[in-house]
Amino acid sequence: MSANLSAILYLISGVLFILALRGLSSPETSRQGNLFGIIGMVIAVTVTFLSVSNFTSGFIYVIIFLAIGGSIGAFIAYRIPMTAMPELVAGFHSLVGLAAVFVAISAFINPSAFNLGTPGNIKLASLIEMAIGAAVGAITFSGSVIAFLKLQGIMSGAPITFKGQHLLNALLLILIVILTTYLCSTQSSNLFWILIAVSFLIGFLIIIPIGGADMPVVISMLNSYSGWAAAGIGFTLENTALIITGALVGSSGAILSYIMCKGMNRSFFNVILGGFGATDQSSTDKNKEQRPVKSGNADDAAFLMKNASSVIIVPGYGMAVAQAQHALREMVDTLKKNDIKVSYAIHPVAGRMPGHMNVLLAEANVPYDEVFELEEINNDFANADVAFVIGANDVTNPVAKTDPQSPIYGMPVLDVEKCKSVLFVKRSLSPGYAGIDNDLFYKENTLMLFADAKKMTEDITKNL
Amino acid sequence: MEIDPFIFRLSIFILSIFIGYYVVWSVTPSLHTPLMSVTNAISSVIIVGAIIAALSGNDGEVFSSSSVYGFLAIILAAVNIFGGFLVTQRMLAMYKKKKKDK
Repeated sequence: MSANLSAILYLISGVLFILALRGLSSPETSRQGNLFGIIGMVIAVTVTFLSVSNFTSGFIYVIIFLAIGGSIGAFIAYRIPMTAMPELVAGFHSLVGLAAVFVAISAFINPSAFNLGTPGNIKLASLIEMAIGAAVGAITFSGSVIAFLKLQGIMSGAPITFKGQHLLNALLLILIVILTTYLCSTQSSNLFWILIAVSFLIGFLIIIPIGGADMPVVISMLNSYSGWAAAGIGFTLENTALIITGALVGSSGAILSYIMCKGMNRSFFNVILGGFGATDQSSTDKNKEQRPVKSGNADDAAFLMKNASSVIIVPGYGMAVAQAQHALREMVDTLKKNDIKVSYAIHPVAGRMPGHMNVLLAEANVPYDEVFELEEINNDFANADVAFVIGANDVTNPVAKTDPQSPIYGMPVLDVEKCKSVLFVKRSLSPGYAGIDNDLFYKENTLMLFADAKKMTEDITKNL
Repeated sequence: MEIDPFIFRLSIFILSIFIGYYVVWSVTPSLHTPLMSVTNAISSVIIVGAIIAALSGNDGEVFSSSSVYGFLAIILAAVNIFGGFLVTQRMLAMYKKKKKDK
């Protein structure tokens, strides 16, 4: 296949990827968008096959390895529970990162296969692109592995901090730049290996200080990195499809990180530097006064809801942990039979990744037009009878609006306290991720339901 | 003077960032999770590099040091491509509108 024809086909596949993302602007067009993405991928892979002129026996192995990887991927995709989506995405990011590293290594060892020169005499521009691709890929890989371990619970979600952490990271980043510079002048393979090793280390170090509830930002950020790594490799390979895709994915992840940071009213650097919520424990213990709390059981909750005309549900990460989405939807069905209007309010950072709650509700067959974002629904709380908070905490804390001393001050929160009554399903009065007490617990109109979210929801349904 | 082809690729890159910016802002927040899984799948187009790397050996030596990395990258990218697109499809199939009769 001529180089021009394949370049055009790569361009087409890049355009199809743009359409794939475009499709996600509404659920109706999204399935078609996904199809465009698949077609784009098939075109890219086919063109690559056709443009490799020498059909060696390696070709068969390519097909075999493709099939092995493909079946593993398909198996995971069908088996994974929806609640584990954040872990899955983090895991997938690590694979993209590692693949980028491998391609860069291969190009470094055997540059002539990629038309980049000969070993020890690689074109300068290609070498820089390769180094960037490999470094970003390596950071993406080790960072995603840590994110995966934290989300999976294998590693504690608590931030891991030590003295001089930021200084160390800064020094390592400078070291990467120095290594890249020397690599370009000496073409030494040892430097290339060291560069990759240091990048692995950085990825590891920048994610360990970040706590569990900041994972939405981390995952989005790693998403962005995987895109930049792909773009770096795209420049090395002079491949339009990779460059376009890398840019798309890179900016997509960056925008998601921005949205998540805005949802917490924290700057990107504040999140990345990490350690949030870990230091405030002592101060909250000191100020802990015994404030009266009203607590109730499933019967009380059912009574309140039965007499309501509108109910707003506020789900959070706790719902995902308790796998309560199906029980919740059954409860809502019963409410609807009693002509009670029900809607769902989703905070941008609810859950462990962007849109986490929406997927879980969709899995439980909740129609997406009953699910609303913060800005859309926040004014409705004042007119609603009951707010049912299930597994959310910090995102409902009125302190964010009233107390400038609070670490979460200024964060957009759901105006849950404006409801006539608030039902708060929680296991205990323990503070949320931000390490602060939720004022909502002590409000006159709040009824605490101390129980497992799933069990409580089921019990309420029985009592309705 | 002729323009270095690198500049053309850089132009494509920069313009794609802008396209990405506008396209992603138009994605509805409820589909942010599928957005992440689909971007993940499409970034695995890096497999084109992996295939070239894997076929860099010659007939006598299918598994040279450089092609082994290519084969490994193929597996990783293939997991991502199939996993990413299929899981996205599975998620998107769940997003349903309210039934009119309810």
